[in-house]
Formats: sequence, C-alpha cells, structure tokens
Amino acid sequence: MTSGIELQNVDYAYARTQVLRGLSFMIEPADFFIIIGPNGSGKTTLMRLICGLEKPSSGRVTILGRSIQSFNRKRLAQKIAFVPQSTPLDFPFTVFDVVLMGRSPYQGMLGMENKTDVEKARQAIAFTGITGLADRKISQLSGGERQLAFIARAICQEPTLLLLDEPTASLDLAHQIHIMDLMEKLQSEKNTTIVMVSHDVNLAAMYASRLLLLNKGEVAFIGSAEDVLTYQNLEASYGCPLLVDQNPMGAVPRVTLVPGKYIPKKKT
Amino acid sequence: MRATESNIIKRLIKVTGVLLVVLVLALLIGLSIGSSGSSLTALWNGLSRSESSDSVLMTILWKIRLPRVLLAALVGGALSLGGLVFQALLRNPLAEPYILGISGGSAIGAIVGILLGFSQFPGITLTSFGASLATLILILGISAGQSILRKNALLLSGVMVNAFCSAVIMFLVSMTQDTRLHNIIFWLMGDLSLGNLQHTIILALFLIPCFVVIFMYANTMNLMLMGKDMAQSMGVNIRRANLVLLLVTSLMVSACVSQCGLIGFVGLVIPHLFRLFLGPDHRLLLPACILGGGAYMVLCDLLARAIPQQGELPAGVITALIGAPLFIYLLKRSNP
Repeated sequence: MTSGIELQNVDYAYARTQVLRGLSFMIEPADFFIIIGPNGSGKTTLMRLICGLEKPSSGRVTILGRSIQSFNRKRLAQKIAFVPQSTPLDFPFTVFDVVLMGRSPYQGMLGMENKTDVEKARQAIAFTGITGLADRKISQLSGGERQLAFIARAICQEPTLLLLDEPTASLDLAHQIHIMDLMEKLQSEKNTTIVMVSHDVNLAAMYASRLLLLNKGEVAFIGSAEDVLTYQNLEASYGCPLLVDQNPMGAVPRVTLVPGKYIPKKKT
Repeated sequence: MRATESNIIKRLIKVTGVLLVVLVLALLIGLSIGSSGSSLTALWNGLSRSESSDSVLMTILWKIRLPRVLLAALVGGALSLGGLVFQALLRNPLAEPYILGISGGSAIGAIVGILLGFSQFPGITLTSFGASLATLILILGISAGQSILRKNALLLSGVMVNAFCSAVIMFLVSMTQDTRLHNIIFWLMGDLSLGNLQHTIILALFLIPCFVVIFMYANTMNLMLMGKDMAQSMGVNIRRANLVLLLVTSLMVSACVSQCGLIGFVGLVIPHLFRLFLGPDHRLLLPACILGGGAYMVLCDLLARAIPQQGELPAGVITALIGAPLFIYLLKRSNP
C-alpha cells in the first residue's frame, strides 16, 4: 500500500537560516494529521513543502508513492488542495465563484466550467453547510464565513490530501468546532487525508489520529495524542508551565495554561 | 444560487455581442464627424455608392478618418486591457500603465528612438519596449522589499518613477531644437492624428495576437487574485503566468505609446466601469475591456476633435480630464 505523504531526510534552508532539519516521517492515507509546535518551529514551511510550494534544500518529499517533483502543477492540484493562513481578497467574487475556482485543475487553459463543475461546486457548498452564503460577496463575509468558503473551494477541488494552515486561528468557538467537525466528516466520508497546522493543542488532541510536535525545525515527537501531549514533551518544546490531565469527554489529554500568579514563588 | 453561473459561455457571447455593436456605432460616429463637417448620411452615401460620391469627402473618410478611428479603437482596447492585467497581477485596483510610470518609461524609449532617427517600426517600438521593461523592473524592485501587495508602496514608487520619467522627457525635449519639437510635444500629450492606414494595420497585426495570449490567461488571472499560494495550489504556474503577462502587456503598451504617445487613465476608467457591471471575472472583463476601451477611446478622440473651434486637442488631454478625477475618487473610496 502506498503512503499518503512521505518525507525522507528533508532539510530546508532559507537565506542561510536552517528552517527544517532532517525531517523523516510518514502520513498514512485517510489520516487526520495535525502538526503543532511553537512559533517559528517551521510548521508553515513544512506545510508549504508538502504542497510543493517550496522545494526542500535536500531530501525527498513523496506524495501518493511518487516524488512530488514528478507532478506538474495541474496534476498536483488534482491531488492536493491547500487552505493558506490568510487570503488577500480585494476583488468582490461571490462565494459561488470562489468555490467554482476549485475546479480549475480539471479544466482547460481557458477555465470554462461545464455542468459537472457547477454541480460539484454546489455539492461542496452544501457539504460545507454554507448554501445560504453562496451568492454573497466574499469580501463582505465575516472571518469565519470566509474561511468556510475557502474550505468549500478546497473541497470542490476533490483532493486526496487536504492541507490547512491554522484554519481555526482567530475564529469564534462555533466556527472552530464547525471546521474541525467538517474535516472529520471529510476524512470519514470521502477518505480524504487531512493535514493541518494548529496552535490549539486541545482541538488537536480531540481530532487528530496522529500528531506531530515540531520544535526548532525538527520532529520532537510524533504519535497519538496520548503519546505526544505529555507534560514533559510540551514543557520541553514550549518552555512554559502547563497542566496536563484527561479530557472529561474521553481518553485524550487536556492541556491547561497556568498563569504566572498560580506558580509558587520561584522565578518563572 | 444564481442560475447564470452555469453558462459563462452564454454570458461571454452576450457581453461580446453588445459591446461589439457599441464599438461599431462608435466607429461610425467617429467616421461621420470631423472638421469638414460631414454627417452620418454623407458617410452612408459614401459607403453605399463609392464611385459617384464626392471624392474629396471620400479621401477624408478613407485616408484620414478611417485610420484614425481604427487606431483609436486599437489603442483604447490595448490600454484598457493593459490596465486590467496590471490590476490583476499586482492585486491593486489602482494600478495602470500610465500611473505606474510604465507609459512614461516607454515614452523615453520612443523619444530616444526618434532622436536617433529610427523608423517607427520596429526601431522606435523596440527602444520603447526596452525602456518600458526597464521601468517595470525598477518599479517592482522598489516596491518589492515592502511587499507589492501594499497599495501605497506600489503607487508611490509609480508616482516617483513617473516624475523621473517626465523630467527625462522634458530634458530630451528641451535638447531638441529642430522642427520635430512641436510633433514630439503633441505626440507626448497623446495624439492619434498621426496615424496612417499602413501603421494602423501593422499595429493591429501586432496587438491582436497579444489580446489572444492574454485571453488565454483570463482564468489564471482570476485565480491569481486569490493570492500566490492559493493560485499555485490550484495548478497555476505563477512564475510563467507573471512573466508572460507582464512581457506581453509591456509590449502592448509600448507599441501603443510609440504610435500615439502618452494616453493616460484609459486603463483605469474602463476596467473599473466594467467591473461595476460585470463583476470581477476576467473571462468577461477581458473582451469587455478590449471592445469597450476601443469605443471609449474613439469617442474621446471625437471630443478632442470636436471641442476646439480651431484645430484639435490631443486625445490624451480628454482621457486625463475624465480619468484623473475618477482616480482621486477611487483612491478616496478605497482608503476611507
């Protein structure tokens, strides 16, 4: 069985700064794989390497059993969809227009859509639960609605691998849980491999089938939530006081931040 | 959900059809009005029985007005399209070849070509193209450090480059002592009166392939509005698209500038007008800008010919009189 994504000894340097060092790991097909780690640990760069937006300085990235370099852009776009951290949008496309753009890897140069494309865009919008927003201008939506529209666009691309860079950052609670549930539904119903960068360790613990804790450009820990999210591992990577216990909803760890005032005397 | 979304091709045919009619009407009006005061009926007579009609009028029609209106239509279409492409590539709705100083750069190239005694084609077009590319690289270089996306950095560097280009142009003009001075100055203000049929045909043969190449990238431009990363993840080869579009557009703008000087703001007015009616989809905006921009330019040139009691204004004066206030309005609206 071919792997979803495989990295072998991947290094990445940018302007003489080593960003990623000796990364080797595998992401199984239909995994819900979440990458966590402190700021500047190289999470976004790792994401960009996996989507082929950057080339590793050395090492190999393999997607679905083939070297990522062997795909042309369009072919790669039929396999991998990406939702970046922020999307600038000054031009007033409707949600429907944006979602329909997800079909372009399957279209000719001129990008003229056919009935199937329109139908698939409708389905993606319905799947995401934003049918009511379809005709709204993307520039007039709230942050959460906009993120959902971009996710619908990625779903419309019908990828085997869906990559999301902090999709829940700066969203309200309802949108956070909606997006995470949506990803879980996509993984279980369509067997899509989900790879996500997140800062929210608790959301990660509740949804990830596997977690990668990245620190200073290296794999610090990889495995299930119970294995990775231990007090020792997190303290070593983040360097701040934490409380780790069990989530009352199930057998996953729960991480609580500890404010300085609760820490006895010793200097922090 | 809108039913119209399902038939982009129908919308495209409708938009193209309507604007084609508008363009043809504009061309007919442009042909029929002029300093020798003829009317639409005279034009009709001239067209319908070509042998027996007034031969002076025929000469004016075919030798003077026809090349001129066709030139206006071509240049208007190309400059509008140029504006549209720059706005999409730089993701800045205020970008335009004239405002960014690229037209100014190509004007320097053209004047140098004229002073060196090159022929219009390919000599002056090439010097003009070289200079416009240099200007483009300069502007992108200046604003790149602070991210092209930041509107002000890009526009400010454009304004500065433009000011510098104007100074160089004035310097070159003041060094010119002979009779070409009047021509150069008039040409600089954007003049369509120098066109003859042969030049217009050469320009058309040159511009139409450019239009086709750019149209091939219409959907790519839509995707590029979503940002570099997202566009790339949807299968766009960003580097190639940028390179092709910037090169072709600069080539197109310099061909126009070397033919009829600095005509500004067309690339701002027309794309904005059509975005208002058609939305941001470049598959519709591209043909709309070519046809609508052509019609607009023909009418601006008509005003330039009709307003003064004696002689005529350069068309660039009219487009700037309409365009500059609009630019200020748009700038105010985009930065509240």
